[in-house]
Amino acid sequence: MSGRIFEQRTTREGWGRGLVDLGQKHDDVVVLVSDNTTSTQVHFFEEIFPDRFFQMGISEQNMAGVAAGLSRFGKVPFYVTYSAFGVGRALDQLRVTIGYTPCNVKVGGGHSGISVGPDGATHQMLEDIAIVRAIPNFTVLVPADFDQTRKAVVAAYSIDGPVYIRFGRENVPCVTGPNDPFEVGKAQMMADGNDCTCIAMGQMVSEALLAHDALAEEGIRLRVLNMHTVKPLDEEAIHKAARETGAIVTAEEHQLYGGLGSAVAQVVAANYPVPMDYVAIQDHFGASGQPDELLDAFGLRAVDIVMKVKSTLERKA
Amino acid sequence: MMMNGFPRGHCMSVHERWVAGRLRWSADALEQVARDVRCDILTLLANAGSGHTGGSLSGTDYLTAILFHEAAIDPGQPNWADRDFWHVSNAHVSPLIYSVMAERGYFPLRDLLGFRSFEGHLQGHPSAHDTIGLEVSAGSLGQGLSVAIGVALAAKMDGHPRRCYLCMGDGEQQEGSVWEAAMSAAHYKLDNLLAIIDVNRMQIDGPTDKILNIEPLADKYQAFGWHVINIDGHDMNTILAAFEEARSVKGKPTVILAQTIMGKGWSAIEDDYTWHGRPPTKEEADEALLGLDANYGGWWARLEANGMMP
Repeated sequence: MSGRIFEQRTTREGWGRGLVDLGQKHDDVVVLVSDNTTSTQVHFFEEIFPDRFFQMGISEQNMAGVAAGLSRFGKVPFYVTYSAFGVGRALDQLRVTIGYTPCNVKVGGGHSGISVGPDGATHQMLEDIAIVRAIPNFTVLVPADFDQTRKAVVAAYSIDGPVYIRFGRENVPCVTGPNDPFEVGKAQMMADGNDCTCIAMGQMVSEALLAHDALAEEGIRLRVLNMHTVKPLDEEAIHKAARETGAIVTAEEHQLYGGLGSAVAQVVAANYPVPMDYVAIQDHFGASGQPDELLDAFGLRAVDIVMKVKSTLERKA
Repeated sequence: MMMNGFPRGHCMSVHERWVAGRLRWSADALEQVARDVRCDILTLLANAGSGHTGGSLSGTDYLTAILFHEAAIDPGQPNWADRDFWHVSNAHVSPLIYSVMAERGYFPLRDLLGFRSFEGHLQGHPSAHDTIGLEVSAGSLGQGLSVAIGVALAAKMDGHPRRCYLCMGDGEQQEGSVWEAAMSAAHYKLDNLLAIIDVNRMQIDGPTDKILNIEPLADKYQAFGWHVINIDGHDMNTILAAFEEARSVKGKPTVILAQTIMGKGWSAIEDDYTWHGRPPTKEEADEALLGLDANYGGWWARLEANGMMP
């Protein structure tokens, strides 16, 4: 499906640039990394602020705890690695030391989603949102593109408490502009429509916009919400979508269980039940392959959104 | 019992304030506090009806020494920016942590009677959210040393004289994350960090050398780049001398291997691993307290009556 032409940039670069933006403004920002400086794009920060940069080696649990300690005495630590390890290996530290205290620690979840590509399933984190969203006190951000990731990093600094920011490895379409506002907890309306709503996160927002265009040709008006904040969820925007469009399809580069779709369904079911469906990884591990090939194979494309929108509309009263 | 070292109303420099935060009590005085702390532990455990007795009694002496002699703290302002950092990572010894904190004046002694209750603010495993004065929540083993490293790094960045006191269990040394942290502390040459390990040689399922042998602990820490001090963990003079030695070590972190006896102070349970997570009944506490020249009813009344705040 084609039509819109987007500029392509990586969300990880948005993370790296956002940290530099913060570092220039705030002396208390420190960055910790676990032997993947360039691939998490924190070399930008390291080059300018070497005294505020800590190489922790391949020890994610220690890195999470060290970040907690730094936060107790006036620093605002951002730690980063691939989310498979930063969340997976360090979960206990995220839950007890960082979440339960709570500590003012920001966690960067790099190389998230299936679009990591050739590295295969071990490195394609598809469970991070389910895990982190379940820990009390955490804010969970999944920005859609380069500019929004950069803004999410800056916004995370202003939140007094733990924040998880998810981003990916590959180029993704730039669907927001540098001057678009970014407000934590407020869904961004990317396209309006009254027949159905697609609530998407991360790079699936661009697929939802392509689906919007394709459906428009058939006279189906799809609303597209960029749910860049998975926690706290913008319940008002979801209520409105349910009431005004009467059908919802979620789209995420994440497992079906526990991610954005689950979060939205909880709100919809409790308040204003409407037919729903979910574009997500269907309880499988990922696989090696080219990112585009994997998005096709695992059903994370505009065409998959279109199909689910149509079948959901059939169930609409 | 409580007082802190701050002359109020006097404008002090950071260094003066930091020095004033240390009580520097004598070994004789510390032994008396440690005896009170052991009475508190036995009483609050019997009152709560659950909790960890063995390790609370083995770690009593060095934790008392940290809070009443060594660390610069101000319980009246627990978040005092220039404070030293202290934290107990083997946090199931919460009866010990809370008892020392109460004696030091972080909160009234009577609060100990709310240990493990829904009404109280003293969770079974410590919650920094609920208990003012704790740095981080804890209860899952193997996490505290990393936190102390973060604090020590922040102090180095800021050129601050802060020292970091971090207590661990010996069973806790079985957690892999401890060794990630041990490597990291030496790598960053954190001579402002002092770890104290409670080597009571016991864990829930039995003696550590039977469950998963952690020895030779001194060799391991030396190989990881630490300065190691091996002491009798119940001898106050030795504990204070080890603290002094640690202050003089430059360019590397120090670990004190405190050789202790699980259940120390209540002879009937000493070295008995089945007392890791078992509380005394009120009758048993009464018997144990007799050995400390106290009794359950009297000590309960002391805690209840003594609501002094700093």
